[in-house]
Amino acid sequence: MTVRVQTADFDVAREIAALRAGDARVGAVASFVGTVRDVNDAAAVATMTLEHYPGMTEKALEAIVAEARARFDILDALVIHRVGTLQPTDQIVLVAVTSAHRGDAFDACRFVMDYLKTRAPFWKKEQTAEGARWVDARVSDDAAAARWARDAQGPESGQST
Amino acid sequence: MPDSTASPAAVTLRLVYLARLRDAFGTSGESFAAVGDPPTVATLLATLRARGGAWSEELAAGRAVRVAVNHELAPAGTVLAAGDEVALLPPVTGG
Repeated sequence: MTVRVQTADFDVAREIAALRAGDARVGAVASFVGTVRDVNDAAAVATMTLEHYPGMTEKALEAIVAEARARFDILDALVIHRVGTLQPTDQIVLVAVTSAHRGDAFDACRFVMDYLKTRAPFWKKEQTAEGARWVDARVSDDAAAARWARDAQGPESGQST
Repeated sequence: MPDSTASPAAVTLRLVYLARLRDAFGTSGESFAAVGDPPTVATLLATLRARGGAWSEELAAGRAVRVAVNHELAPAGTVLAAGDEVALLPPVTGG
């Protein structure tokens, strides 16, 4: 289980290869990559600056990954989140999960992202033509995270092959 | 509230203001002598709110500000001790 906060970009193929290297128990790898959009809430985004709370961020991500491990039958997980100034199309975040079967890999990957969106101390500030603005939290993100509280097994349980 | 009994010693905290709150308050943090018997997250927020201006606006009841004590989210009743790092966090927007 690895979490990294970094300014540098990441190579998804290399990270996934390292995550599952040499582990023949792995039958499924699910991953999610979040990227910078050029339009948010109807305004053109020139650049986006991501900041975090060093010290707390790593603990929060590790707690989320530990929770995923407790809820789902997974083998390993990786979270990389970038900070600093990013441009549209840049990669922001990678979550990758390995498991024996796809159901747990998909569910755990989605769970980690849903919790990350509402619990990890990152903040986005967008530079637009109208100036800089802090991005507002979305109610839909809270709803996505809350869904896991209602259904501990996740919305797509039952797939096992 | 002033009274005639011995007041509890102030507890010195390290306050950290993040993201939008740092911009609104014009500082990334401060050393702060918290009072209260004992000082808690709730009494700290009340003291900061009483500064008025951006402080009362950003920390008004109903604003979604969360508090972390020593890097862990902490509810309002959490008791604060000398040397604690207390961070005020606006709603997070990572991912």
